[in-house]
Amino acid sequence: MSEKFLSLQNIEKRFPIPGKEDYIAVTDVNLEIKKNEIISIIGHSGCGKSTLLNMISGLDAQTEGAILLENKHVQGPGPERAVVFQNHSLLPWLSVYQNIEMAVKKVMPELSAFELRERVEKFVSMVNLDHAKDKLPGEISGGMKQRVGIARALSIQPKVLLMDEPFGALDSLTRANLQEHLMRIQQNVKNTVIVITHDIDEAVLLSDRVIMMTNGPEATIGEILEVNLERPRNRVELQHDPEYIRCREAILSFLYEKFAKDDE
Amino acid sequence: MNTELVKKIVLPFLVFLFIIQIWSGIANVVEDFPTPTDTYVAAFGGVNADGDEMVGVLSDPFYVNNQDDKGIFWQIVASLERVFAGFVLAILVGVPVGLFVGMSKTAQYALNPFIQIFKPVSPLAWLPLLLFIFQDINLTAISTIFITSIWPIIINTALGVKSVSEDYMNVAKVLRFSPLEKIIQIILPVSVPYIFTGMRLSLGIAWLVIVAAEMLTGGIGIGFWIWDEYNNLNYHNIIIGIIVVGLIGFFLDIIMGKIADYFDYTKKGRA
Repeated sequence: MSEKFLSLQNIEKRFPIPGKEDYIAVTDVNLEIKKNEIISIIGHSGCGKSTLLNMISGLDAQTEGAILLENKHVQGPGPERAVVFQNHSLLPWLSVYQNIEMAVKKVMPELSAFELRERVEKFVSMVNLDHAKDKLPGEISGGMKQRVGIARALSIQPKVLLMDEPFGALDSLTRANLQEHLMRIQQNVKNTVIVITHDIDEAVLLSDRVIMMTNGPEATIGEILEVNLERPRNRVELQHDPEYIRCREAILSFLYEKFAKDDE
Repeated sequence: MNTELVKKIVLPFLVFLFIIQIWSGIANVVEDFPTPTDTYVAAFGGVNADGDEMVGVLSDPFYVNNQDDKGIFWQIVASLERVFAGFVLAILVGVPVGLFVGMSKTAQYALNPFIQIFKPVSPLAWLPLLLFIFQDINLTAISTIFITSIWPIIINTALGVKSVSEDYMNVAKVLRFSPLEKIIQIILPVSVPYIFTGMRLSLGIAWLVIVAAEMLTGGIGIGFWIWDEYNNLNYHNIIIGIIVVGLIGFFLDIIMGKIADYFDYTKKGRA
């Protein structure tokens, strides 16, 4: 496998404003992402990190530049770039099981009824929701919903898993719990993952590299931080790990010294 | 027995006694106005005020003397058939049109002015035109109900489509749903509660309109029957007709509500 797995080349996103010059949200973004790498994109709100993710997912089109996945141009959304949405986006009339089943059925129509059931159940189990598989999204907690969202995204065997502030709407305990879930899953099933976050600990804990975005307008990549921590990572032990502390401090200084934003 | 239940039985009963009092009062003042007793006898049979033995309208609802003289049951059946025929046609046309208007801005711009203009027109205004077109009582009544029912169905279906959240559509985009899959898997489930609200409204109005429509078209039907009883000077039967129409409308609404709840995912498990 070549190093070039997912590649962003000179990405720019402009939003037209009637009667004025275009608003340049993101510009000059160049990034190479390796297979099975977990990267997080961090920045203040308004730095265009969600815009960037939407362009990779294809839900939004870049104005300039190219996005290549395995040397093929990305055009429009598709199941090889699965998205975990911040607000989980489960269909509320379908049970946990059916939500995953719907995705698998669509993306893998060749599966037999038995294989389909096996696959759906495998992913229900992966996020420990066997006991809740027949519940509707309205009957389970926010953290559980997000787990279903992750299971649904992974069940369609994406090449890249895109997560838009996946745990942003959850309380910190539930968030920590889900981060553990995600890391455990990643140990078993290798995925290429891009996580949008505004949580420094989350970024360091989860990622191989942290992409730090400058402030918008005309936001771009400011610094890229390599996180050289062994996996599996343990959040408690890491608190005193010099590398962890170094990474945290690097992000803190980027966000609050170099690119501080006071009107948040 | 709890007090709530007692209240639910006792209070309406007190109001009922009050209504009977008012009614008797009107009967005292207005000449030939049927008293509650007259009406009761006319409905369920017995000896009337003149000392004649009578068969009640409701105690023999199934009789058929000839084509033009049938029991009240057959009148109601005729009206219900027309309402359902017009109503089902309105669903068959209204739901697709509503989906179309909701999904396409172009369709919305093209059709919305006409929907807004025709919606407030009393369906009875269409009746002479329809009678002229069809030259047939049944078709006229059915098409009147069709026109009555279609507007709430279109409007509510379109509203349902508009309420589909962007998030669900993003899921559909990522999974590359075809337009038909989007409709079946996402848009319809979200819209169903709205569509049923529209249907419930439609059915209610249709039941209101059928009585008036049948008074104009004549022939058979509960509306015609009420008007016919007026012409026959059987005023007590008019009151029976009003009560029967009210009860049936009430039951239609309950049934429609139950069906709507059954299909409404939001009633099934919202935490």
